[in-house]
Amino acid sequence: MNFISRTGATLLAPAIENAGFAMGVAGRTLARLHHLPKRRRLLFDQMHLGGIKSAPVVLFVSFFIGMILSLQLGFELARYGQQEAVGLAVAVSMVREMGPVMTAVILAASVASAMAAEIGTMRVQEEVTALEVMSVDVTSYLVLPRIMALTLMAPILTILANIIGIVGGGIIAYTQLGLDFDGYVRNALSALSDRSFAGLPRSVYSGLIKATIFGFAIAVVGCASGLRARHGASGVGESTRSAVRNSIILIIVLNFFLGKIVYT
Amino acid sequence: MIRMNDVHKAFGSQKVLQGLNFEVDEGQSLVIMGPSGSGKSVILKHLIGLLEPDQGKVEVLGQTVNIHNREALQRLRMDMGYLFQHSALINWLSVYDNVALPLRETTAQSEQEIRAQVEKVLGLVQMEEAHEKLPSEISGGMQKRVGLARALVTEPKIILYDEPEAGLDPEMSASISKMMRRLKEELGMTSVTVTHSVNCAVTVADTLAVFEHGQFLIAGPPTDVLNSDHPRVKTFLGAALD
Repeated sequence: MNFISRTGATLLAPAIENAGFAMGVAGRTLARLHHLPKRRRLLFDQMHLGGIKSAPVVLFVSFFIGMILSLQLGFELARYGQQEAVGLAVAVSMVREMGPVMTAVILAASVASAMAAEIGTMRVQEEVTALEVMSVDVTSYLVLPRIMALTLMAPILTILANIIGIVGGGIIAYTQLGLDFDGYVRNALSALSDRSFAGLPRSVYSGLIKATIFGFAIAVVGCASGLRARHGASGVGESTRSAVRNSIILIIVLNFFLGKIVYT
Repeated sequence: MIRMNDVHKAFGSQKVLQGLNFEVDEGQSLVIMGPSGSGKSVILKHLIGLLEPDQGKVEVLGQTVNIHNREALQRLRMDMGYLFQHSALINWLSVYDNVALPLRETTAQSEQEIRAQVEKVLGLVQMEEAHEKLPSEISGGMQKRVGLARALVTEPKIILYDEPEAGLDPEMSASISKMMRRLKEELGMTSVTVTHSVNCAVTVADTLAVFEHGQFLIAGPPTDVLNSDHPRVKTFLGAALD
């Protein structure tokens, strides 16, 4: 029993401590939303770094995801004589799942890691301590712009990823599956016609809600990991690694629960 | 102005402060020397409210330093400057913006007033020419001077120096020590300095203390301490002079 409780404490205590710290970071950030106008310059800088600079990778990957979906679904649907439904299948897959999730995973790998490394380096080089000593609000100055930038940019990137993914799927449908491109587009749009909230199709708004929450969660994990960095370069490395790992786990878990909430 | 009364601090089983007592009067300069890892910087971190004593009391400017009262601590920190061992400048801000940061973040001063104050302190540390440079574009000695300007920009009553000569060549180290002395004489600031450098201590100190095993082995005027017969003090200062 002692062994089990010790093992449990060793494995669970750090995870619970990290989760509690990250929730504290999220709470303090939300409590400082009214500081955002004062932080607009830092916000725009972070939107550029985290959003615009990530766009080429997100779009490149999404284009290929759309092509892969179209190719695989097209072959399977052809077996049932439903090849023309490939537009619908690609659109629904991209907008509901692949667009938001793949965008979030790319942001976790590129932006959350960068946030953890940058803030972690500042932590071990005493720059964060210097801010505290100068009575500068660290959450407002360092964390708020980063979290809000990614929260705003994740859905924008997801919209672009969805469009590019559907276009990629269309190119494969036209060149490899012998389908008419206009027909593919009409079929794809028909999948997105179930208007149910503020004129937006449920598939679209559920994907955008997911993307917004993913963006917030990824940035919280990135910033929290950086703020907890200790012990020099190896500590920064560990904080970067844990930021990417925890962000991806969180994306997958949140994706399940958000999907369940929206579609049940 | 600064008082530590029977302060104890331990990190796990390692006792770093063991009933430390001292006082620094207004306008006076205390320099603390001691072996690496003895916990000298821990004293400064207690004074600025980054650490809380396990036992005892830390008073600065007549107030008990309480790390749980964030507002009172922030007000107290406004009257204190801190020069970090490795300067701790914000790496993406220019020299000017680094020095302006505390004023922009904690005061309601206009950009014109901030500019005047920043130019004044950059002049004091002879860094007027480096406004637009990033910390990575200037030398360690220059970074230290910018860090000093940032510590001075809010016109604090007390300044804490954490190994101001660390990582500097002897010439630059002497220049920083002279600058610290000049600032004390011109601005009448109270200071506590942690250093390994006897030259820095002799230049800056009104009171020199040697710290080891959580206590001051000796504290007094620098000439008295340097001529002390205390065997451990003689050994340490002899090694430091070599």
